[in-house]
Amino acid sequence: MLGNRTVKPPNLLTWFATSLIVVWILIAIGPFVWTVWGSFKVHGDFFSKADWRNALSGVMTTVETGDAFTSNGYVGAWIQEGFWRNALNTTIVVVATVVISLTIGTLGGYALARSGFRYAFWLLIAALVFRAMPHITLVSGYLLPFFEWNLWGKLSTTIVVLVAINQPFTLWMLHSFFLNIPKELDESALVDGCTRFEAFRHVVVPVMWPGVVTTGLFSFLLAYNDFAITSVLLSSENQTMVPRIASFLGTVREQGNIMFAVSAVVSAMVPLFFLVLFFQRQLVGGLTAGAVKG
Amino acid sequence: MLLFIGLPIVSVAVQSLFVEHPQVLKEVENCDPFRCTKVLQVDTAASAALNEQAPLGQFNSYHTYTNRSHLAFDEIREIWASTQSWKQRFQGVFNLPFYSALIFTLVYTAVVTPFVILLGLCIALGVNRLPKMAKGPTIFASLLPMIVTPLIGSLILFWMLDADGILGATLQLIFNDPSLSLKASAPLTWAMLIVYGIWHSAPFSFIVFYAGLQTVPIDTVEAAKLDGASRWQQVRYVVVPHMMPLLVFITLMQLMDNFRVLEPIVGFSASAKATSLSWIIYNDLSGDTKLFGSAGATSIITIIGVCILLSPILIRTWRDFNRKVA
Repeated sequence: MLGNRTVKPPNLLTWFATSLIVVWILIAIGPFVWTVWGSFKVHGDFFSKADWRNALSGVMTTVETGDAFTSNGYVGAWIQEGFWRNALNTTIVVVATVVISLTIGTLGGYALARSGFRYAFWLLIAALVFRAMPHITLVSGYLLPFFEWNLWGKLSTTIVVLVAINQPFTLWMLHSFFLNIPKELDESALVDGCTRFEAFRHVVVPVMWPGVVTTGLFSFLLAYNDFAITSVLLSSENQTMVPRIASFLGTVREQGNIMFAVSAVVSAMVPLFFLVLFFQRQLVGGLTAGAVKG
Repeated sequence: MLLFIGLPIVSVAVQSLFVEHPQVLKEVENCDPFRCTKVLQVDTAASAALNEQAPLGQFNSYHTYTNRSHLAFDEIREIWASTQSWKQRFQGVFNLPFYSALIFTLVYTAVVTPFVILLGLCIALGVNRLPKMAKGPTIFASLLPMIVTPLIGSLILFWMLDADGILGATLQLIFNDPSLSLKASAPLTWAMLIVYGIWHSAPFSFIVFYAGLQTVPIDTVEAAKLDGASRWQQVRYVVVPHMMPLLVFITLMQLMDNFRVLEPIVGFSASAKATSLSWIIYNDLSGDTKLFGSAGATSIITIIGVCILLSPILIRTWRDFNRKVA
């Protein structure tokens, strides 16, 4: 008895903590796994009233298509419903938004960081205001002028609006990042006879990539995940993926092709999945950087 | 920057003072072989000309703010006068579109924010105890609900909770009620949206808290242990005070994000049971007739709401900043 007590029993708390984490992981990732698996089935299996195990084995799918997996949903969504066009639009909008806001962000952020004046507070406030305003309220301000000037529905208009909304944040983030690069570095380059721009080009650019990548990731997420702006500002033939999925819901349900929407959702999820997979460290770093500094 | 924040707000404010033109009606005589009837028809050409002339519509001053679909002062006064009990009054107010949206937005914000903080802290404490090997995959799994587009995330949950979906069917089995549908009842729809909100935002607070846990001074924890603090007391008196600034940060972010809830309502097709302020604006702006005046008025009210919500924190930041400079 006494000997038993000296051996530490499995800590109750450890068990509790571990089971909590396991449950959380199931909650966090379960829905995604389920939907990805289900997207290769037919409607009767994914929404199986009789027995949920049908969705795992694909009973109806085998009956209808002769195989346990089917890509009917993907074919329907991408080719029949023209989802490829929306994917293309998303690519254009996202790439343009990220490139433009990073260009302005790096140049502006560098200038602000080196100018010595205390812009930081106002930048932070501007970033906060844009974070706080529901984007839809800003859109309702843009909309009528855009109609009047005939700018509505174009991809380029949306890109400009997204860049504008994103800019205070990128400026602030890169500004605080450039502050961490020691001033002596580019000053020594200036002493060696470089111009300002050469100093930036040859000294600062090589060391700025970690900050740019983090900022770029968040710009990407903003542009990719946006629903309020793209759904109101884009005409139906120029829609990006997210508003297209929303409009799928109405039309597709009537035709009984809900699996098209499921496949479209899974397709739109894939890039984000890889993003998290490859850039997990930067994402976590960026999220916490805001907290530590703010 | 001023151009893109300032102008839209001015534009919204101006728009909110105007209202759409009434349709121009004209009397047309329809004659068939037996008799002639006079009917009123919309004169499309004249209406279009009027819209061309003054795209903002008629000047309406503050009336859009006070009409039935916004602040509805007249209706509230009437409800107050005609009913006695608080319950009836609440029901009457709740039937007005603006107030039902406001109530949902506030309830959603007030419920989701504390739950997110608590759940995030628990997960962070749990993950901190995991062996190093398991941490990476756990963080990866936890990040997904937050990174995935809100609309897509809500759709995924919605399909699972559908009466025929896996969770919906299971719930029907558990409660032995084959007609149970989460979509059909207002309280269950609210619960569904709130659960989605917690699922979506918990990773954010988890990540921030987890980063905070890495910086907890080990000496202080050791000292507390030596003084005989239990594990709970260590968390309560050492870890939580250390993370107070992070708590403020998360609360701020969560208040802002939850106040503008829009995508889950679209994703869950829940607009019949639950609407938010953002959804009202979205609804005014999408569709064929765009109600700029109405959307503008709601936007201005929402902006005021955000300002009220954030004012304590903004004032604090301003003071901190001034202290740093001084």
